[in-house]
Amino acid sequence: MSFQEHEKLHIEKNVKRELTSTELQILAAEWSEHCSYKSSKMHLRMLPTTGPNVIVEKGYDSGVLDVGDGYVVTVHIESHNHPSAVEPFGGAATGVGGVIRDILSAGTRPIALFDGLRFGDIENDAHARWLFKNAVSGIADYGNCLGIPTIGGEVEFDTCYTNYALVDVAAVGFGKKSKLIKNHANIDDLVLLIGGSTGRDGVGGSQFASDALEGEDRSAVQIPDPFIEKLIIEAILECRDENCINAMKDLGGGGLSCAISETAESLGIGIELDVKNVHLRESDLSPDEIMISESQERMLVISSPDNLSKIEKICDKFRIQCSVIGKVKEDKMMHVKNGNDTLALLPADFVARGPLIDRPKSKPEYLSQLPSSPPSENQLPLSEILLKLLSSPNIASKHWVFRQYDHEVGIRTVIKPGFDSSVLRLDNGKSLSVKIDGNPKHCYIDPREGAIGCFEEACRNVVCTGATPMGMVDHLQFGNPEDPEIFWTFMESIEGITDFAKFLNVPCVGGKVSFYNETSNGPIKPTPLIGVLGLIENSPLLPTTPSNNDVILLVGETKDELGGSEYYEYIHNFIGGIAPKVDFSESQKNMKSVLSLISKNLVKCAHDCSKGGLAIAISELCVFGKLGCDVNLTSSLSSEKMLFSESHSRYLLVVDKNNLDEIKSLLSENDCTFSELGIFSGDQISFKSNSEPILELRVDKAENNYLNSLGKIIQNG
Amino acid sequence: MKVGVIVFPGSNCDRDMHHVLTDVFNLDAEFYWHEKNLPSDIDAVVLPGGFSYGDRLRAGVIAAHSPIISDVKKLSEKGIPILGVCNGFQILVESGLLPGVLLKNESLNFMCEWTNLIVNNNKTPFTNKLELNQKIPIPIANGEGRYFVDDETLSQLKKNNQIVFSYENKVNGSVSQIAGVCNSDGNVVGMMPHPERAAEKAINQIDHKPSSLIFESLVETVGMKN
Repeated sequence: MSFQEHEKLHIEKNVKRELTSTELQILAAEWSEHCSYKSSKMHLRMLPTTGPNVIVEKGYDSGVLDVGDGYVVTVHIESHNHPSAVEPFGGAATGVGGVIRDILSAGTRPIALFDGLRFGDIENDAHARWLFKNAVSGIADYGNCLGIPTIGGEVEFDTCYTNYALVDVAAVGFGKKSKLIKNHANIDDLVLLIGGSTGRDGVGGSQFASDALEGEDRSAVQIPDPFIEKLIIEAILECRDENCINAMKDLGGGGLSCAISETAESLGIGIELDVKNVHLRESDLSPDEIMISESQERMLVISSPDNLSKIEKICDKFRIQCSVIGKVKEDKMMHVKNGNDTLALLPADFVARGPLIDRPKSKPEYLSQLPSSPPSENQLPLSEILLKLLSSPNIASKHWVFRQYDHEVGIRTVIKPGFDSSVLRLDNGKSLSVKIDGNPKHCYIDPREGAIGCFEEACRNVVCTGATPMGMVDHLQFGNPEDPEIFWTFMESIEGITDFAKFLNVPCVGGKVSFYNETSNGPIKPTPLIGVLGLIENSPLLPTTPSNNDVILLVGETKDELGGSEYYEYIHNFIGGIAPKVDFSESQKNMKSVLSLISKNLVKCAHDCSKGGLAIAISELCVFGKLGCDVNLTSSLSSEKMLFSESHSRYLLVVDKNNLDEIKSLLSENDCTFSELGIFSGDQISFKSNSEPILELRVDKAENNYLNSLGKIIQNG
Repeated sequence: MKVGVIVFPGSNCDRDMHHVLTDVFNLDAEFYWHEKNLPSDIDAVVLPGGFSYGDRLRAGVIAAHSPIISDVKKLSEKGIPILGVCNGFQILVESGLLPGVLLKNESLNFMCEWTNLIVNNNKTPFTNKLELNQKIPIPIANGEGRYFVDDETLSQLKKNNQIVFSYENKVNGSVSQIAGVCNSDGNVVGMMPHPERAAEKAINQIDHKPSSLIFESLVETVGMKN
């Protein structure tokens, strides 16, 4: 625990006395990067956060979107990187638990989970395999037990995550607008702590997460208990139905210190609490430990004294503990007592609003040193390359992962994991399409365009199900922000995301920043992750297998953009070149046109063209339909570029021959670039370039590599 | 006709089951917390899936000692139709209402995937509208779904026609690929797959009719009584 110079000055200026040890602990937790966002907060304000569908209330930990007919959808994203890198099962599981409670805090029921997982090279690194296997088990164990389906996400491997893990979890909630918790408090309201007991697990977790990962501080990792979490969800929702809750907040990073100060600050109240009333797992916990423990499955609830007996009755039904730990005061102070002794007495806004830092930035040296193309020409046959890419752990089917997640419970899952975006049915007849995307390989080469690309890819994925993007969440993960070069990459990302969000008019409804993602090997590649929520007014476009003679249409343009591609990195082990760049107007044009074709029922199946390029996207459709294709590419680009470039704004459409003319005229009217690539037929994935055969691969061979590679790596490891 | 859906601490398919019974098949279904009593005039009881007590000790074993189970036992003796799905099946087995045990899957992992069931007994209150050997596309979602009985019990089950459903393919290492069984009277049925996840077209693009027949069988049974 240490404060920086400007923080010491800030304390001296505002508190004219020595701080107590409890106060020091509280401030150290709350002013950690993890809780205070001190490096990023002033920049996050640039993101557009309002829109016609966005509902804003004070104190919400999740974004709230109005989906019509009196219903709302809530969303939040978090990560649990440091803990997962030390203890992947518990770290990943508690990451799921935390984000679920953010959804619950708004008074909505969590209905879906999404995970973005990133590890080192699992093919050659046994430790990376161990982290991956156990993080997946942790997520499965937690989400399955709660009965919240894990319906999507992504998994990626890159040596920049060696000895490390990025575990990002997004959760979506659903509920009635009238039942949202309208956070408020009256003087003398009670402050309750509901749920699991407070123990020594996770002590100092937020500070552990605010430094580079050097040691394995296991005591900073929290212990998961999904059964208690399930009971809390049901108990809290019953309390909500009985109108017993005035305000609510989840206990996450910074434990009680953070929950109390932030609640008091956001509601403009004072809170007086007695640590003696906190129910404990171990009786010898010191007051300071109680204040900063990050034990899981706890909720802070403010209720009027009249409702206490109702809440106690509900908690008793579920056999969960409910302690009255304090009460609401008028003085706007955070007052921590131990019986009659005062341990801390500070203005709540002083605690909750740590001093921010305007960090310097400078363009990283490495960017000007990246080579533009691989040292030697490609010598490998293209069919061999395609087969190898299909079994790359970054491209191969993630069936091994998502079969371990219950993705059906809740009976909302209309489009299941394994397609572009998963779709849930809502109670008002509409559907919700959600996807999260990241791409550190692109972001490393071009932090700004890479971040925009992740955003556009997530949009493309929901568009492929017929959904119009209505909101996004971002999770920005970088190394040490004190390094101006790393901070520059952060600023580029957030500026890029802001530009595109404003252009598309898609508001940012939630997000998180995670810094200090580095080990003794150095920082991770910039890893912004974008989640996009799209709404479907009618029915979604269900993935339909292509039939013989169906036409393959490409909307969008393939460009000379192999930088950061799987082709360069996995096949040639080469980092460099030009990373894909989103052309804003082309992006919007293509998005709107594809949505319009889908709404006119002219498309059988739409598939996003991304990792691995056109060759992979077409092969995936062939594997899905167990049908070959005959594709002719006409372009001045080299075969490698046409096949494997990962240019954005591209959609593959499977269409019936009879609809072709109508589709073409609509695309021409909208001024979209498109090409008729060929048809589905036979049992070979066959590509020609300007009518010359360049690649032939049997579908069953492709299928075998695509479907079984990941499982084989894990089993044979 | 009233159907009771029992809710244990940790049940998580209770609301799904309730939705299908009421909104899809127009049955009058009501939740019963595991510490409550079941009315003696109830027409059918469903034990839904989930993770009662977080699957601690062994899936279903703690819930099998819940107060409500003694009512379930009484109703079963009266011949009232009782269905246990997934964790509900595990609870029925652990409480002795159905034979056998459910062990960890052969893969040692939780498995969530679609599979085909084969109907082996169409005389139960939950299968009387299905054809013998009819295929049912349906999802499984469990970690402990491998049905096991010793050889002697297995031949008993076969002799008494107590195997209600079996998997078309080898899924999890179950003895004789058994997916669901009934008691010797045939009124208590347990199955690992989830019919409530397969009985609506919107969430079952393969064919929702066979799973619907499981619920329609119940409608037929309790409907006939009234």
